[in-house]
Amino acid sequence: MSFRPDHELHQRRFSRNLGLGLTLVAFVVLVFALTVVKVTRGDPMQAFDHTVRPELQPAATGGTQP
Amino acid sequence: MSDVQTYQQSGEAQFGDYVALLKPRVMSLVVFTALVGLLVAPVGVHPVVGFAAILFIALGAGASGALNMWWDADIDAVMNRTKTRPVPAGKVQAGEALGLGMALSGIAVVMLALSANLFAAGLLAFTIFFYAVVYSMWLKRLTPQNIVIGGAAGAFPPMIGWAVATGGVSVESALMFGLIFMWTPPHFWALALFMKEDYHKAGVPMLTVTHGRAETRRQILIYTVLLAPVSIWAALTTIGGPFTLAVAVVLNAIFLKGAYDIWKRPEAQAEGDKYAVEKTFFKFSLAYLFLHFAAFLVEALLKTYGLGGWA
Repeated sequence: MSFRPDHELHQRRFSRNLGLGLTLVAFVVLVFALTVVKVTRGDPMQAFDHTVRPELQPAATGGTQP
Repeated sequence: MSDVQTYQQSGEAQFGDYVALLKPRVMSLVVFTALVGLLVAPVGVHPVVGFAAILFIALGAGASGALNMWWDADIDAVMNRTKTRPVPAGKVQAGEALGLGMALSGIAVVMLALSANLFAAGLLAFTIFFYAVVYSMWLKRLTPQNIVIGGAAGAFPPMIGWAVATGGVSVESALMFGLIFMWTPPHFWALALFMKEDYHKAGVPMLTVTHGRAETRRQILIYTVLLAPVSIWAALTTIGGPFTLAVAVVLNAIFLKGAYDIWKRPEAQAEGDKYAVEKTFFKFSLAYLFLHFAAFLVEALLKTYGLGGWA
């Protein structure tokens, strides 16, 4: 089985494609980081996971009851 | 206006050519001033949000640079300073510059709205519109005041940085705007004095072409005199302090001395020493802006240690 050699066009456009690819990856990473910061507002993220988590209990006063 | 101008395509456009469309050197000034605007604001911003905001402000500035290169390709091709830009050099087609500029403008404004706030995004959108439409398309070829009014576009970034943190404007952010706004005319007119053939060839109504060189020298002095109180006032607000005030006094004294020397000397003398005074003044103008904004930053840093600021 043999692959056809790359068209000369691919070589000419290699730097352009690589640059665009890396830019898009950086954009995805940035949006992900922004999402984490926006969702957690900088706090560690934790939620109910079927064990008792006292820190997730509402405060004795001022907390909302289910 | 029925001329059709074509540029010989030379080789394949590389990634760097598209980056060059975004005017990276202008972008570096935008990044620095916007960062200072963000960091000296009284409200803190999460580092990731701050980083993203600065990135998208820079991207918006780059997008307006690409739009400028699309519109001004004909005069860029004539001027020595700009004829190697990607469009007149035939590396990138003018239409590509337009497409890139429009797309990046949209991305930058939407992403700034999502990462920071709508007010900052609105200011960025207005800045891009102001630079691409009001300055490049409308004023640049129409009036010798092009630099004065167009300078507003370059003055917005610290205001946007401040708006990212606070969600609004204030006296402090308006004064940072005023500082760059008043600084731009002497900076560019000094350049126009020693790059005289360029603007003349391109038919851009620079003050040196329309009102003569003696008048340009006088205007440089006038704007430098007007810049000084803006600078001192900024140093007396909450973003300033004794350190900033000292730096501002020294910078303005040197800048005023340079402007006075430019005003005093006749054209023949300037030609005799190949515009040495004008070139020194131009170089110092870059240092002036950098050091002034750096002083705001140092003052903010000092405040975190309980020093600096007007207690």
